[in-house]
Amino acid sequence: MTPDSVTSTALLQARDVHHAFGDVHALRGASLEVARGECVALVGESGSGKTTLLRCFNALVTPDAGDLRVRGEAIEAIDPVALRRSLGYVPQRGGLLPHWRVARNVALVPRLTGAPDPEAAAEVALARTGLPPAEYGDRWPRSLSGGQRQRVALARALAVEPDIILMDEPLGALDALARAELRRELGEVIRSSGTTVLLVTHDLEEAAILSDRIAVMKEGRILQVAPLEELRAHPADPYVTDLLSRGLPGRRG
Amino acid sequence: MNPRRGRGSASLASGARRHGRGRLAILVLLALPGILVGQEEGVPAERALEGARSAPLRPVIVASKPFAESFLLAELFAQRLEAVGFAVDRRPGLGATEIAFQALRTGAIDLYPEYTGTGLTAILDLEPEGSADEVYALVARRFRDLYGVDWLPPLGFENSYAIAVRPRTADSLGLSTLSDLVAVAPRLVAGFSPDFIGRPDGLPGLVGAYAVEFSDTRPLLQSIKYEALVEGAVDLIDGYTTDGAIDRYGLVVLTDDADFFPPYEAAALLRPGLAAERPGVVSALVALSGRISEERMRSANRRVEVEGAPVVEVAADLLAELGLAGAGADPARARSRTTRGGTLAYLWASRHDTLRQTGRHLWLVGVALLAAILLAVPGGVLLARTPRVAEPVVRAVGVLQTLPSIALLAFMIPLLGIGVGPAIVALFLYALFPILRNTWSGIRDADPEAIDAAHALGMTHAQILLQVRLPLAAPVVMAGIRVSAVIAVGTATLAAFIGAGGLGDPIVAGLALSDERMILAGAIPAAVLALAVDAALSLVESAVRPRGLREE
Repeated sequence: MTPDSVTSTALLQARDVHHAFGDVHALRGASLEVARGECVALVGESGSGKTTLLRCFNALVTPDAGDLRVRGEAIEAIDPVALRRSLGYVPQRGGLLPHWRVARNVALVPRLTGAPDPEAAAEVALARTGLPPAEYGDRWPRSLSGGQRQRVALARALAVEPDIILMDEPLGALDALARAELRRELGEVIRSSGTTVLLVTHDLEEAAILSDRIAVMKEGRILQVAPLEELRAHPADPYVTDLLSRGLPGRRG
Repeated sequence: MNPRRGRGSASLASGARRHGRGRLAILVLLALPGILVGQEEGVPAERALEGARSAPLRPVIVASKPFAESFLLAELFAQRLEAVGFAVDRRPGLGATEIAFQALRTGAIDLYPEYTGTGLTAILDLEPEGSADEVYALVARRFRDLYGVDWLPPLGFENSYAIAVRPRTADSLGLSTLSDLVAVAPRLVAGFSPDFIGRPDGLPGLVGAYAVEFSDTRPLLQSIKYEALVEGAVDLIDGYTTDGAIDRYGLVVLTDDADFFPPYEAAALLRPGLAAERPGVVSALVALSGRISEERMRSANRRVEVEGAPVVEVAADLLAELGLAGAGADPARARSRTTRGGTLAYLWASRHDTLRQTGRHLWLVGVALLAAILLAVPGGVLLARTPRVAEPVVRAVGVLQTLPSIALLAFMIPLLGIGVGPAIVALFLYALFPILRNTWSGIRDADPEAIDAAHALGMTHAQILLQVRLPLAAPVVMAGIRVSAVIAVGTATLAAFIGAGGLGDPIVAGLALSDERMILAGAIPAAVLALAVDAALSLVESAVRPRGLREE
């Protein structure tokens, strides 16, 4: 592939990205584009490199080789701290700061960026994720259920209304009920805001419901990126068929 | 532990040598509290010597080692000096030979009573051989050449090892000399102090010199040896010829007919230069030379050890018997322990001392702990950022923890003299590890998922450290400080061995004089202090725990 094939509307671009942690080759030439307003789900088995690729985009991982662009700009040219503040991030287990109340957690990024009214932004974001700020703003993270914590994490990602949100198994640590409920709300938030989302998941069903396209990863490469129906109809690799037929190992609802 | 005459101090000295490689590192660490503490009471060598030259009226610093006879002889020296008009500063109970001798050599003290045999074996590390006169001549010459230290002529008695048996055993087996033991030894059970069993001039040498073999040899502590013998648990023990208990129980001391034990003549040992600077000290003390018989010393020891008479009083009586008492000797003025009655009455009577000692104790601990916090908390934070060096550094600081406290104290005397300075440095060194380790691990292990999210959302390293890691680690850091504080309160009792004061003073003196009430007067407040410090710091620990982490 050549840089010419990069579409101008792609907000996240990875081209032939390689990365190794010591002897472990997590990425072996991964390429991916996520267009503005699109939600792409990265699926694959454990160790296929999904999370590593995701973390390349907010500069938590600096790849050994390859071309990475965010909003069309080469990632090396962007100040990593400013980049991270401009991207939403939802990790698997919330990652809330346990010594801060919910409102303070949600206001984290607006405060970091010096936004005019971080508290108001936090209240709006909390309300969008189904947590009334008056009821939840003063609670401590430890007193929340797993699903509530993920909502707070989502609200924190939304508080500066970023154009891109990175989600790393956002529903992965939840039980079946909380998972189903939050999946629905997550879908609404993604669709209503028009935000560009890169989502890592174990769960094909979740990927199918939340995303526009599914990127199938295996051994550090992306085999195919397409909507579920197309993956079924025209698999680019026998592994894709295999994966669709047996699903993915891991926590399922 | 048997501090008597500091037998076993040879291993103490070699312990200090073994740790010599850490010397540089320790020197670096010494700088911090050294600055904080200054040298308020510790008297470093150079300053002491200068002081003596420029201010001839400076008090004579008379020290002793931590056992009754040494206390008694030092008090005797002190009262004798006061009788002829010198001012005297008493530093009784310096912990064992190594510490007392280091303090003397470096001029931190002016004089203390020592024994020729100890000088020969423990300090010069020579084979025990020769007559009493030969040994005295040898140590006097070698000490002068090697250290510039002077031995005054011996006081007149020897305090050597004494193999003692019950009178009935002596009668029924016809024992009067060590040679008599050879035939009957296989039927006898021996109870020896651990250091006697190990020292070349102890059991191994005895077995070699007399070819004796006992049916069994049991290690016994000094404090219970005499009771064990009298009760019949063992048939013979090692004691010291001037022990008051020999008199008290009417024990038979077997004559060392093969002259195996080296002579242990008691004499005053003077720091380098003292004799030249203050000849009056020499002439005052020489008046005691040759005047104190073994019998006289044993009965004086007996009054102190068995009857619980105050050292000050017994020393004054001894001086009076010798016709050397003077106007300067005023038993009432010195630290007299004349209160009779139960422990509670004693504790009440000594409450002002206790309060003063508690204050000093807290001060020692407080300064050392503050210095340790100032170094170990930032140090732990730095280590958490440098995983590669963290493990070895933490392990190395942990090694400090394993140094025997007495060895560490002895090791610092050449650098810092005796008194408060080296005590605080030692407490500081012991306090470092728990704080450093807890800060390091607390910062490193603080909620990794929260920190990953904070990082991913654009907090800088400094923001994460100050706003996330430190608040989350605070209770862990505080727990380390709490452990260090409690250790320091306990260890500070040993500061008395180097003359730093605190609640160790009555403990050391009480141990030396076998006075339980005196021991309790230090031990009880020290225990209460440890509990109080622990409770207070546990409140602080709860207070710094972020509210979001508390049980709701």
